[in-house]
Amino acid sequence: MIIAVPVDEMEKTSPVCISFGRAPFYLIFDDEKKTFDYFDNNSAFNAQGGAGIKAAQSLVDRNVDVVITYRCGENASKVLGGKAKIYKAENANAKMNIEMFIAGNLQLLNKVSPGLHGHAQQSGK
Amino acid sequence: MKLAVLSGKGGTGKTFISVNLVNSAENANYYDCDVEEPNGDLFFKSKLLQELPVKVKMPNFDKEKCNACHECVEACTFNALALIGKDMLLFEDVCHSCGVCTLVCKQKAITEVDKEVGIIQVGEFGNSKIVTGKLNMGQSSGVPVISGVLDLIEEDKLNVIDCPPGSACSVVESTQKADYCLIVAEPTSFGFHNFKMVEQLAKVLNKPFAVVVNKAESKNNMISAYCKKNDIKVLETFFFNRKIAQDNSRGEICTSFDNKMKDRFVSLLESIKDDWQRSLK
Repeated sequence: MIIAVPVDEMEKTSPVCISFGRAPFYLIFDDEKKTFDYFDNNSAFNAQGGAGIKAAQSLVDRNVDVVITYRCGENASKVLGGKAKIYKAENANAKMNIEMFIAGNLQLLNKVSPGLHGHAQQSGK
Repeated sequence: MKLAVLSGKGGTGKTFISVNLVNSAENANYYDCDVEEPNGDLFFKSKLLQELPVKVKMPNFDKEKCNACHECVEACTFNALALIGKDMLLFEDVCHSCGVCTLVCKQKAITEVDKEVGIIQVGEFGNSKIVTGKLNMGQSSGVPVISGVLDLIEEDKLNVIDCPPGSACSVVESTQKADYCLIVAEPTSFGFHNFKMVEQLAKVLNKPFAVVVNKAESKNNMISAYCKKNDIKVLETFFFNRKIAQDNSRGEICTSFDNKMKDRFVSLLESIKDDWQRSLK
């Protein structure tokens, strides 16, 4: 199982980034190999629009099964769709959140935020 | 001449000024670019001549031909595409109809199809054409409709462009081809704040511009003080007038029955034309 967390810094102890799409980095944890990895999310971070879509695409391309985040926009959650489950981050660092998830202490993110992109209505086909 | 009437804040009187300018001119057309809530034709009640659909291009994907190479997803500047396995997701409201995905697809799996986003109504009022852009409900960008409205400009006439409020893309689209900007400003804190935003916009777009103060309570107000300090021309000041407000709210055009107002709008037109001519030198 592969777990992804948006992070502010390339550290296991980094705070979870408050933004999903515009997080500077993603921490990727492989539950089988017990390895931590990072990727630079700058293409989404610097995008004029559609940052959530771009970041979600990067996660899908890395076969991520679980995303731990404070919030996730409508478009990004459509991209993650059935591929990855989205869990609500707790107020703790990235590594602690991963541990909480593994211990079964995180809840599914059931509220999809409208996002910060100013478009009232989004549609995906 | 193409005259853009803008304001920043909504409800300052763009439509009031635009409609009465058209009504007072010899040979003018009216273009309602406030496509989310066009209301100019409530005054003209024009005779409908023509309705034109506004269409944009959207990519359509042939799943059989797609080899999931991601080229289109990578090429999209707006990140309107996502590819999950072999399933393409298109976010229509993020798509800007640029067509780059179709161009980069080596498999020829993408074709462009029309999507209707609004309509343009062309009406007749005396010798004026009344052109109204209407964006379909739920669409996020009025730009294609505005662009279609402005395609109907007649160069030999005075073309009055009633812009949307604000200072974002739709206002830029409405304004960028104009020869001259008339900023309608309301002397309230909110009106003043947004006035300064459109003033900046006119400067960025390098347009000659002047100001009409509307709904003023005194000749000396925050707009006139700012304009004096910054050497901006105030061509006319309309005081708040309950009678005019009531007539306006009933959809009446005050210059059709109030000769004093007619004279003022005729001379406002002259001032605009003079100032424009001066700016060309």
